[in-house]
Amino acid sequence: MPKVKVDGVELEVPAGATVLQACEMAGKEIPRFCYHERLSIAGNCRMCLVEVKPGPPKPQASCALPAAENQEIFTQTEMVKKAREGVMEFLLINHPLDCPICDQGGECDLQDQSVAYGRGGSRFDENKRAVTEKYMGPIVKTVMTRCIQCTRCVRFAEEVAGVPEIGAIYRGENMQITTYLEHAAKSELSGNVVDLCPVGALTSKPYAFEARPWELKKTHAIDVMDAVGTNIRLDSRGRQVLRAVPRINDDVNEEWASDKTRHNVDGLVRKRLDKPYVRKDGKLVPATWNEAFAAVAAVQHGGSVAALAGDLLDCETMFAGKALVEKLGGTMLEGRQTGLAYDVSSLSAVNFNTTLNGIETADVILLVGTNLRWEAPLVNTRLRKAIKKGAKVFGIGPQVDLTYKVEWLGNDASLLAKLPQAVVEAFGKAARPAMIVGGGVLAKDGAHGDTLALVETLGLIKEGWNGYNVLHFAAARMGGLMLGYATQGGIKAVAAASPKLLFSLGADEVDYSAFEDSFKVYIGHHGDKGAHAADVILPGASYAEKAGTYVNLEGRVQRGEKAVFAPGDAREDWSILRALSEVLGATLPFDSFEQLRAEMEKAVPALGQIGLADYGWPNNLKDLPSLPTGASGEFGSPIKDFYLTNAICRASPTMQQCSAELIHGETFAEAAE
Amino acid sequence: MSDVIAPLSDKDRIFTNVYGFQDWGIDAAIKRGDWDNTKKLLEIGQDEIIERIKASGLRGRGGAGFPTGMKWSFMPKESKDGRPSFLVINADESEPGSCKDREIIRHDPHKLIEGALVAGFAMRARAAYIYIRGEFIYEAKVLFAAVEQAYEKGFLGKNACGSGYDFDVFVHRGAGAYICGEETAQIESLEGKKGQPRLKPPFPAGAGLYGCPTTVNNVESIAVAPTILRRGSEWFASFGRENNKGTKLFQISGHVNKPCVVEESMGISFKELIDRHCGGIRGGWDNLLAVIPGGSSVPLVPAKQIMDAPMDFDGLKALGSGLGTAAVIVMDKSTDIVRAISRLSYFYKHESCGQCTPCREGTGWMWRVMERLRSGEADIGEIDMLHEVTKQVEGHTICALGDAAAWPIQGLIRHFRPEIERRINENKGSAPVMEAAE
Repeated sequence: MPKVKVDGVELEVPAGATVLQACEMAGKEIPRFCYHERLSIAGNCRMCLVEVKPGPPKPQASCALPAAENQEIFTQTEMVKKAREGVMEFLLINHPLDCPICDQGGECDLQDQSVAYGRGGSRFDENKRAVTEKYMGPIVKTVMTRCIQCTRCVRFAEEVAGVPEIGAIYRGENMQITTYLEHAAKSELSGNVVDLCPVGALTSKPYAFEARPWELKKTHAIDVMDAVGTNIRLDSRGRQVLRAVPRINDDVNEEWASDKTRHNVDGLVRKRLDKPYVRKDGKLVPATWNEAFAAVAAVQHGGSVAALAGDLLDCETMFAGKALVEKLGGTMLEGRQTGLAYDVSSLSAVNFNTTLNGIETADVILLVGTNLRWEAPLVNTRLRKAIKKGAKVFGIGPQVDLTYKVEWLGNDASLLAKLPQAVVEAFGKAARPAMIVGGGVLAKDGAHGDTLALVETLGLIKEGWNGYNVLHFAAARMGGLMLGYATQGGIKAVAAASPKLLFSLGADEVDYSAFEDSFKVYIGHHGDKGAHAADVILPGASYAEKAGTYVNLEGRVQRGEKAVFAPGDAREDWSILRALSEVLGATLPFDSFEQLRAEMEKAVPALGQIGLADYGWPNNLKDLPSLPTGASGEFGSPIKDFYLTNAICRASPTMQQCSAELIHGETFAEAAE
Repeated sequence: MSDVIAPLSDKDRIFTNVYGFQDWGIDAAIKRGDWDNTKKLLEIGQDEIIERIKASGLRGRGGAGFPTGMKWSFMPKESKDGRPSFLVINADESEPGSCKDREIIRHDPHKLIEGALVAGFAMRARAAYIYIRGEFIYEAKVLFAAVEQAYEKGFLGKNACGSGYDFDVFVHRGAGAYICGEETAQIESLEGKKGQPRLKPPFPAGAGLYGCPTTVNNVESIAVAPTILRRGSEWFASFGRENNKGTKLFQISGHVNKPCVVEESMGISFKELIDRHCGGIRGGWDNLLAVIPGGSSVPLVPAKQIMDAPMDFDGLKALGSGLGTAAVIVMDKSTDIVRAISRLSYFYKHESCGQCTPCREGTGWMWRVMERLRSGEADIGEIDMLHEVTKQVEGHTICALGDAAAWPIQGLIRHFRPEIERRINENKGSAPVMEAAE
């Protein structure tokens, strides 16, 4: 713990801290462009220069200098001021002063810092440099003349995303950042470079020229595109969400968001259900709320009622749906739309037990039937961190490029029962062994049981460590399971019971041909598969249009706020269910969202506690559910197209383009600007 | 400057084939005394070799003049974590004016290779990498062949020279970037990456090539090591002045009657160096305008000051310049001095790696202003502005290229400001003043 003095104030800093961190701890702002907490240190922008004693009689780059005992650091001296002014001037001489037409305007590090640390005017009398644009795919718009060569994007692509496709070519003042062959960066995380870019060189293509940051209303929300529960901020103007950007949450998404998280929002204004529909003579026709409710009320269900929950739902909607079904005399609830029927007698056996932070510290990891890059891109970045610390990764399942070295053992479920000796030995030596069980496993008979059996064989349980992880990829999954949206036998059992009245709560991945005899009420927000099959459509709200509680794959309870109002006649889902319940003569016992939430917390207390829920992993491994084992055959991949996994992204032009270009290899000609 | 430095006599020359009058091959080299019982040199012992190099007062010949023995002593005495150590020999001689390493490599490569073994052994290195400038095609051929010869004789490889020490020498050709002569950029380039200097710390002695302890030395520093050990530290230290000891290859180019590369005592006066070896200044001593005494990156020194100056590190430092690589560029009064410096500015703009801001942006700016100063299409005030810009680059960059780009301009402004002003005034007087409306 070295003691340093920052501008005369003495303080102790952790060992290994840099001078820049020491200054920040002392409350001094150090301007910077290339330095970023989550990337390696480049030290190339030279903006963070400070004076350090003892040391050479010149300013030092504080981002790269380790803080040492008895160091005296000066951040306000004439030398430092001059150095900052100098660097600022250099950065600006070749930077176009096109702030009025630059999308970064208003949230630009260069703007802010030139006001704070720059000289008043420029002395540069020569012509400015111009750089040709580079094509970086459907997400990232480039104006490379604005680039200040901080190389944050280069380091991000290489270190975090694991696709070293961005780099610098040429040298000196001709240095350019490029994707070399001008392909789109093949990464699910490419949009993060937009946030990282301190200037307007890399901006968001779908959001180009949409709004200025000060016009936007900023709402804290939770992402529903996968089960990670990325903390996001929805920026909206009027009734439209214009962009989604990640919030910092070190336990969940750190500072990142996948491209799907960022860019599904243009799907929120397309293919929306904005009025109720009722099927008449085989055709869906617009109706009023009363007509629609009356059509539902006309169904003689006799207590044969079921509800299917979609992947994007908040817990409140699911709770209200459950309450209605139960009040009508039904019991069947199911959220696993694609037919999964795994055992849920112990939620800890289907949970991501290491937690997202924990998986970073694992030293041997076995992946079973999972494509992490598509099922949870942000879990994949955690694994990259673990590997950087020396973790070894084995894989069983379809071989995919996960951006790091995986020792693939083959795609055969029977391997689980006879793991190669090398794997068993590696796990034997491991201090923090972990297994990640993906969607492919849950879909295969016996495979879930096989993986649970390995908990003991591979010694996944250690003091303070549980290495058994199931990886879900539906945002509603853990919440749904906590609320009981799981029927023995899965959706097949629900279909076999042939419920007279079926509520489909945004369930768009269901094969509705199995429910031909049911009267299907679809409550959701997009005109997708669920709406097509429905007999009555009640237009609901998407995740941006309602507050809600979500539980991510590690059982973390989080809450999001409502950013905008749902379009047209659409209403928040819970209020639809509440109003409908009255018409059906089964009035639900809550009149406001707060009351609903209180009811829900009464029923499932864990949902009222923000943070990790405790699912009670048994002290004795014998108390784990004993499940059938002996799976064999190949694991499938549950996600066919990363960019088109739910109704919102299927409606999003950006996601469609990403899918066409990045997955199906279509090329797009760019119009000359 | 009171010491009188005696000129170097032939018997004290280290580089006896620097002009290539004899064959470069190993047999001729052995006749000249190279590879003469190298085993015995190694038997001196690793620490003792370093001590003797320290005692000889040898300072790095690559330009910075860091004491070579001390540099070697920074290397770990034993590997605690199994990492090997490496010696990297910097033969990326690209400094405008410098041409000594080239002569050593093409005419006397075995001095270098033997030095590599001795130095590598002393710093407990597993291997030496010789990074040779890409444009040195013939030299690279010679070097490859010479290393081959040394392997054939058993001087390198397993049990090198019968000493029981395993040592390999690899030759690596650069691709022609000046910046790869900077030690950490060279290491990056050796690793196959873009040649860009690294941040220090960590210094190469802690984590260099492939993250292993590494020392980067100039060709000349390494090549003189075996001779120093053979003839003794005292012998080497008997040349030159205190703190500036030994012999040195001077490379005199420009407006002298006979430009040459010559080995001389450190500290010889400029006048003597030129008169003795170069046949004097073209047009006589009165025709001398200025001298760049140490390669393009040191500030120039006007004629009056350089005349009696001792040519060594401290002597030239006292004049606000430096010995650098001892590449003496002599300019007589026919020289357009502003243009000459402007050309150097262009060189640094061209060779800046582009990694860090002040150098990337500053070198181009400085060159453009220099070009206007050359033609006089500038304001008087821009001279001061240019000086300030050089100060904004100097000392603010990752490596020394920023300093190297700034110093020649500072030297020019310091000594030739009246000349620059004259051009501006002349240009103003001859052409109508045209000011754009603002």
